[in-house]
Amino acid sequence: MSKTYDIAIIGSGPAGLSAAAHAAKRGISHVLIEKAEHLSDTIYKYQKGKHVMATPDQLVLRADVDFEAGTREDILQIWDKQADTAKINIIYNAEVMEISGTKGGFSLKTKSGKNIKAANVVLGIGTQGNPNTMRCEGGDLSHIQYQLDDPSAYFDEDIIVIGGGDAGIENALGLCADPDLENRVTLLQRAPDFPKAKSANVKALLAAKNDGKMDVITQATTSSVEEGFINIDVKDGTDRLPCDRIIARMGSAPPRKFVENCGVEFSSPDRLAYPVLSPSFETSVPGLFVIGALAGYPLIKHCMNQGYDVVEFISGNVDLKPADEPLLAAKFNKLPGQHSVSEWLEFIRTKVEIFQALTPLQMREFMLDSKVHIKKSGQTIFKRNDIGASLFSIARGHVNVHINPDDFSKTVPIGEGEIFGETGLISGRKRNATITAAAGSILVETPRNAARKLISTVPAVKKAVDRIATERQLLQIFGSGLTREDLRTAIDDAEISTVKAGIALITEGDDDTDIYIIQSGSMVVEKLIGDKPVFLSYVPAGNYVGEMALFEDGRRTASVKAAVKSEVIKVKGAHFEKLLSENPALKDKIQDELADRRAMNAYVEGQKSNFSSVADLHGARANFLIEQGLGEATDALLIDETLCIGCNNCELACAEAHEGISRLDREAGTTFAHLHVPTSCRHCEHPHCMSDCPPNAIHRAPDGEVFIDDTCIGCGNCQRSCPYGVIQMQKTPPRKPGLLPWIFFGIGPGPGQASEKWVKKKLATQKNDAPKKAVKCDMCKGIKGGAACVRACPTGAAIRVSPEDYLSMSKQQREAS
Amino acid sequence: MAIPKKHQDEHSSFLAYKNYRYFKLFLLLCIVSTTLYVWFDFTPARNGGTWVGYTLGIIGALLILWLTFLGMRKRWISQGRWSLKGWTSAHVYLGLSLIFVATLHTGFQFGWNLHTLAYALMMGVIISGLFGIYFYVVLPRQMSANRGEMSQAAMLDEVANLDRMLRDAAQPLDDIYISKVQNSINKTKLGGGIFKRISGRNRKCTTHAATRFFREELRRADNITHGPLLDLLSVLERKNALLRQIRRHIRFRALLEFWLYFHIPLTFALLAALTAHIISVFFYS
Ligand SMILES: Cc1cc2nc3c(=O)[nH]c(=O)nc-3n(C[C@H](O)[C@H](O)[C@H](O)COP(=O)(O)OP(=O)(O)OC[C@H]3O[C@@H](n4cnc5c(N)ncnc54)[C@H](O)[C@@H]3O)c2cc1C
Ligand code: HEM
Ligand code: SF4
Ligand code: SF4
Ligand code: SF4
Repeated sequence: MSKTYDIAIIGSGPAGLSAAAHAAKRGISHVLIEKAEHLSDTIYKYQKGKHVMATPDQLVLRADVDFEAGTREDILQIWDKQADTAKINIIYNAEVMEISGTKGGFSLKTKSGKNIKAANVVLGIGTQGNPNTMRCEGGDLSHIQYQLDDPSAYFDEDIIVIGGGDAGIENALGLCADPDLENRVTLLQRAPDFPKAKSANVKALLAAKNDGKMDVITQATTSSVEEGFINIDVKDGTDRLPCDRIIARMGSAPPRKFVENCGVEFSSPDRLAYPVLSPSFETSVPGLFVIGALAGYPLIKHCMNQGYDVVEFISGNVDLKPADEPLLAAKFNKLPGQHSVSEWLEFIRTKVEIFQALTPLQMREFMLDSKVHIKKSGQTIFKRNDIGASLFSIARGHVNVHINPDDFSKTVPIGEGEIFGETGLISGRKRNATITAAAGSILVETPRNAARKLISTVPAVKKAVDRIATERQLLQIFGSGLTREDLRTAIDDAEISTVKAGIALITEGDDDTDIYIIQSGSMVVEKLIGDKPVFLSYVPAGNYVGEMALFEDGRRTASVKAAVKSEVIKVKGAHFEKLLSENPALKDKIQDELADRRAMNAYVEGQKSNFSSVADLHGARANFLIEQGLGEATDALLIDETLCIGCNNCELACAEAHEGISRLDREAGTTFAHLHVPTSCRHCEHPHCMSDCPPNAIHRAPDGEVFIDDTCIGCGNCQRSCPYGVIQMQKTPPRKPGLLPWIFFGIGPGPGQASEKWVKKKLATQKNDAPKKAVKCDMCKGIKGGAACVRACPTGAAIRVSPEDYLSMSKQQREAS
Repeated sequence: MAIPKKHQDEHSSFLAYKNYRYFKLFLLLCIVSTTLYVWFDFTPARNGGTWVGYTLGIIGALLILWLTFLGMRKRWISQGRWSLKGWTSAHVYLGLSLIFVATLHTGFQFGWNLHTLAYALMMGVIISGLFGIYFYVVLPRQMSANRGEMSQAAMLDEVANLDRMLRDAAQPLDDIYISKVQNSINKTKLGGGIFKRISGRNRKCTTHAATRFFREELRRADNITHGPLLDLLSVLERKNALLRQIRRHIRFRALLEFWLYFHIPLTFALLAALTAHIISVFFYS
């Protein structure tokens, strides 16, 4: 009869390891089960020599194993040693496949068939998941591997890479990068093309194929593997290829399925959702706990603190305050009245409608990222046209929205328990009204990332926010002529949907009358002239399209299609037809406002026969720019190649203004009709780079700049997420001598980014163990005068533009042509 | 979300900066200096010694100093609202205004002396500047069309890549062929001295020679060698076309820089001559 442990801990990452160490310290009977043959597989797989960071700085570490910033090797070594001296009971090479039983009598089954019994189970398995393995005959042979550490380690081999995602493509390119190694590389892809990979990777892959550096076989599946060969099914039959090594990169299965199979509930079906947890990390299954990255805390320090805490909770110390308690207490201490942190959290949760569905743990987490404001009556909270994407919730008091920029006295109230600021959050665009406090108020301001995480992981929050956004947008379209009550049925009927890039929402000539509110992304409006679509205008998020049909004879006069993947709310036209017919004054008013759009349509209509080539070129150019990401940009650098003399002063200036590294690569990038889009940040409206940054180091500054702060841990996630390849991982180079010594005496490498050679030489004489961090354009945030690249261009070739100004055919252009 | 205007600048060429602000200033300076010269200055002769002469001289000397400062402004990326485009615009037009200011300052009294040397050097700088403007206006469009989507580094990478393919394609062939290919791989030169770069071609290009050679060989080839030779030639032709593109690119870049090899050294010679001119005027007259 095997022994029943008090606690079984699955996964020896920072979370699991810390839990086991604390259990060992307290003399609790425990077992730590790890599927790899070493501790902390995620960290083990970091790049060699990676500098691991210990953020957030203000958070104290509460754990029985040490952790401070240092190299991957140092950290792993310390943990190995301390795990040993603490006498942690570890089982390696044991992947837990199944958890059954209930509190007091769980039974864990490992892959090798071993059975382990425990009263409580702590899951610390991280979010990396398991690589999908080969299931065909011979799929267990030893020359199949699921990771590639060093692409230059193989010589003169037939290597098959399976999988056309980024990982597979990058591996295949790495393997054939050095022709002297004489490897013969073939990439197999199941689909006919490469929908999951970044376009830059696909381009590089196809180029390598065209140059004969490697082979690429699409629509291929493996039927069996044997020593020395692989058999595949292809479009027109089967094939047998020589093969010394297989590198299978077929994605990984996120651990969610395994966790759900254990009976644990998640907060929503969303990909980003986490398990529902109690304040003591207990899941919906009593006795089963989840900590670490899987619980939604992606930083090592958090993970380790939770390991400690969960063992305390399990052993009955339920009053233990989490290590972040002082951070929360500091946020609340300026509020009136002596209340504890949990009382304040409960107060906010019950007051604010959208938070009511949250668990106390979720409340804690988002409050850690949020700020609490006390505002006196009349104090401004934000101004119209401010850039800001945080969400405000009113825990006490109420505020006024100044809807008319010309008449400050015109206001609409927003009451206690409601939210505001959601437009900037959803569309990533400017504040559209000034808001002031109408009475003494307590407000919670949640930054964009935390708020978006909340929206995507808690369905109730998403529903509430969407509804509010729709209502407010509609009120804005129809001005003050309507009330919320009037709109109720329209809103109840509204549908939210996602539209892929290039898909038409509205087709010219159709006779539907629905209105679409663009929540995120952007649209282009086109009109058919002859059989050619002519670009009319660009409509960014936060606006609406489709209202014209209500006033014309009911036919769509132009087509509207998504420029980038967008989210839209469809509101049924029938509701408005009714509203407008009951309200003729409102109808007239809106008709006036539409005059400009109508003028544009009439103009194009009138020019049908001889639509000038200017407009043609403009349209082609606009389409090109949208393809280059301008459709989701807020501010992009363009280079007019009819003016650019190739002096690279733009790059020089960028490096000079930013610690010696240029954040733009002028020559790289694409060109159309002499308009060049260099490799440089577009300051996307919803920056992809932000989506997966463990320390939340990427922000949008008040002026709209997307920038990375110094808490960056150098994990490289943002570099991988940015579709435009504008983020580099770089060390800050050593300081250079100044400009005057260079001009007069030729000392130092001169202005601009120093050559690698100079940096190397300089580093030989001084120590520089600064970590590599993510570096990207910050639009010269904080630098007086603005973008250095633009200021330093001698000819006016380098310009920064915002797409709505640049893409839409302006009135002047219309008049000029 | 429109970004704050501080990051954006009007989209115009430096020559048209702020609606030709400095061209207007140029016209004004020309008119003022001509007016001064024609109306106020008769005795004893029109030259640098009169008050108008002094005034024009001081304006001219200050202008030259300020024009020289562009070299520093260009690389001194300080904070503030300056725009190098504005500076270049002013540089060009105010530089040109020196033709009036300085010529009238001399009162047309030329001779074989230091003073005229300074004047000649100045005109040299200005004329080289005019060449620069010509190149700046004409070449970027051509350079952009030639470059297409390739960066210089990408073009050079592509050469290395084609070399690799050449090596593979040559493998099945005889040694004499291989040595021709080796020549193309190892002895093709890009760039070189300024004149070579400006010429945009290389008469002794080994790749070009190899291409011609293989075209000829292909014509005479028998059935067995025809296939491999054709493969090789197609790579060579690609490389040849690429080299032509790169040489054109190098030519444009060289032309855009070439005039500065006169402009800058002449500027320093001018500064020296100007200093000597001022000292001699004050101490020996
Ligand atoms: C490239 C990169 C760089 C990073 N850099 C930093 C940094 O500098 N600083 C920082 O604070 N954070 C960093 N992070 C984040 C940090 O590494 C993770 O958030 C952290 O490791 C999560 O810890 P964890 O204990 O929850 O899970 P993990 O560390 O992922 O550990 C999970 C463990 O469980 C094991 N396991 C999984 N399933 C099973 C199973 N069924 N049975 C048995 N064992 C199982 C795994 O083998 C693994 O050892 C980085 C992340 C990445 C990807
Ligand atoms: C006596 C008058 C002039 C002086 C002393 C002068 C001096 C200089 C100097 C020192 C530079 C900096 C070069 C560098 O560091 O890259 C420069 C650049 C330049 N000059 Fe002049 N210059 C003069 C007149 C002119 C005139 C008349 C023109 C045009 C008609 C002109 C056109 C230019 C241009 C286009 C540049 C390059 C700007 C750039 O690429 O940044 N200059 N000049
Ligand atoms: S780094 Fe990339 S994803 Fe992020 S804002 Fe810039 S262009 Fe967009
Ligand atoms: S705006 Fe500033 S940071 Fe961005 S590319 Fe230009 S100089 Fe560099
Ligand atoms: S500074 Fe202007 S002219 Fe010079 S390379 Fe950059 S864009 Fe071209």
